[in-house]
Amino acid sequence: MTVEDIIKPENLVYEKSKLLTSKPFHYCPGCGHGTIHRIIAEVIEELGIDEKTIGVSPVGCSVMAYDYFDVDFIEAAHGRATACATGIKRVWPDKVVFSYQGDGDLAAIGTCETIHTCNRGENITMIFVNNGIYGMTGGQMAPTTLEGMKTATTPYGRKATLPAGAGFDGIPNNGYPLHITELIAHLPGTKYVTRQAVYDPAHVRKAKAAIKKAFENQINGKSGVNFVEIVSNCNSNWKMDPVKANQWLVENMLPEYPLGDIKVDGKIVEK
Amino acid sequence: MGELKLMKGNEALAESAIRYGCDAYFGYPITPQSEVIEYLSEQNPYERTGMVVLQAESELAAINMVYAAGAAGKRVMTSSSSPGVCLKQEGIAYIAGAEVPCVYADVVRGGPGLGTIQPSQADYFQAVKGGGNGDYKNIVLAPASVQEMADFVALGFDLAFKYRMAVCILSDGAIGQMMEKVVLPEQKPRMTEEEIKAKYPWALTGRKRGTQHRIITSLDLDSNKMEEHNRHLQAKYKMVEENEVRYEEINCEDADYVFVAYGSSARIAQKSVQLGREQGLKLGLLRPITLFPYPTKAIENLINHGVKGFLSVELSCGQMIEDVKLACNGRVKAEHFGRVGGIIHTPEEVLEAMKKQIIGE
Amino acid sequence: MAGFKGAVSVDTERCKGCGVCVVNCPMQVLGLAKEVNGKGYNYAYMAEPDKCIGCASCGIVCPDGVISVYKVKL
Repeated sequence: MTVEDIIKPENLVYEKSKLLTSKPFHYCPGCGHGTIHRIIAEVIEELGIDEKTIGVSPVGCSVMAYDYFDVDFIEAAHGRATACATGIKRVWPDKVVFSYQGDGDLAAIGTCETIHTCNRGENITMIFVNNGIYGMTGGQMAPTTLEGMKTATTPYGRKATLPAGAGFDGIPNNGYPLHITELIAHLPGTKYVTRQAVYDPAHVRKAKAAIKKAFENQINGKSGVNFVEIVSNCNSNWKMDPVKANQWLVENMLPEYPLGDIKVDGKIVEK
Repeated sequence: MGELKLMKGNEALAESAIRYGCDAYFGYPITPQSEVIEYLSEQNPYERTGMVVLQAESELAAINMVYAAGAAGKRVMTSSSSPGVCLKQEGIAYIAGAEVPCVYADVVRGGPGLGTIQPSQADYFQAVKGGGNGDYKNIVLAPASVQEMADFVALGFDLAFKYRMAVCILSDGAIGQMMEKVVLPEQKPRMTEEEIKAKYPWALTGRKRGTQHRIITSLDLDSNKMEEHNRHLQAKYKMVEENEVRYEEINCEDADYVFVAYGSSARIAQKSVQLGREQGLKLGLLRPITLFPYPTKAIENLINHGVKGFLSVELSCGQMIEDVKLACNGRVKAEHFGRVGGIIHTPEEVLEAMKKQIIGE
Repeated sequence: MAGFKGAVSVDTERCKGCGVCVVNCPMQVLGLAKEVNGKGYNYAYMAEPDKCIGCASCGIVCPDGVISVYKVKL
């Protein structure tokens, strides 16, 4: 049997979701954003909710996510995606609303909106892509940057406190990696909080199942934020090739940000 | 005929919003406009009409809720006072860029910074000349009475949706806090989903399969498209300037000298006109109701009909005077008089200023 | 046990040659071409087509959604 015999419409088992537009992603080769977009689109398609889904894109690399999803979309100001999602969901409670944000957007400039959206228990789905760095602006420190990690604004590595040497040792410097997901999980307004990854097929499948649950909860519920963090890569600003970046993610990001459900059905998962 | 009531300006604004069929109010408390959200909360509008009232975590969050809910085709509003409106400028610029209709009220207090909680008109520049980033305008309505606080909600929403832009109700602490009788409009129904979909095809309501998905954004990295978008916005503002100028003239028919004043200053200047006329001075008052678009032509007409000078009376160090001077274009004298810091000028000192600065002893 | 035979088609013009599919293929079917596409990327291709079992791992990890997977039961 030749390849040509196999590649026929009736034998198709996997293809890109029809809910993605024909526009090629502008993301760097190997960037997790593309994979995450793909599985979100698959979930919306599988749930058949494309006619009532409204997305909110952030400021950051995924600012133009609206170009890729074939659903209605609004582009939010930096950090304000969940305020936007709140605005839409409150006036259209029967629509399905999701926000899509990176670590700078959600956990630095938008921390206030993040906390309060979660605390109000808005019935929305929040997707949080954490790659520990500012991608679009060129690789500066993010709130989730690992200690010791080199970025454009921590060229000698992120140091929570100043190192010994100039007599300033021990005074505050760059602070610590912010575990915003654990933080919001402890708010009564969150219903489902989970941390996933998309670096290999098994984790993509798990992440997709989590995103699906986060959408289903919204559809079936009346209140409570459904929050999916996805630990992702930034090979361009991590300055490594895509395959190496995914290895680095497993070895360095995951020990700091362990995967798994943190809160399910409003209850913290005991580890 | 509507219902006659005695109300504060802030309350009239809030009640009028419910009766207009406003879908949502997103706000944050700040003196001197907290009565708006307090009144709305007390009225339980969710039960009265289904209107959403949400106390946000900040003015920033509130305006971005307005931005998105307005983009979703709903009639939404917010209100604040000067320092709070500073925070809202981010969202207002996005609203302008993305062409989202909404109404926001600014019950102005003194500045800069935390300033005072007393009335002021020192945010004219911020409201009329931009405030946020980029080349944009908002329609600015200046109520001078509690009645107009109520009336401008409906006018504001009508204009906001007609032009897909933000409408600012530029009030001040005096108009917001004072009690007057007001005729309230009849209760109107809120728009249904079908009506919104039919009337506002741009609104984010969930795209129908087989149709183009909608994107509300202020971003375009294509320079040609962004220039085209800016030209489109300017053409729209030009249309607003041609069609929506509103003002009131009091005793201007035979006036030699005219006060130009809006909001609470106009109420005082009206008294100054009376006092002047009792002394044999032919004074008039031009009260701009829209600050953008500005009644430039009305000033030009007054000059054509023999007005020899204008005094811009403002609770500021001189902001609207720039527009008065532009309208005068050097043909006649135009000067500013104003008190600040929360002090409200008296009719007598306003008349004295007219005599001293414009008429000459 | 019935076997499966698979094949993939890569939208080579949209492939960015990141290689994530290559390392995630359990049967080592995929490789990056020596040739480049219109954007200069060495695109993914089936280097060992006979080994493909149509598991779709490549499609599932592809960040650009350029891989379609086909499978037949033998």
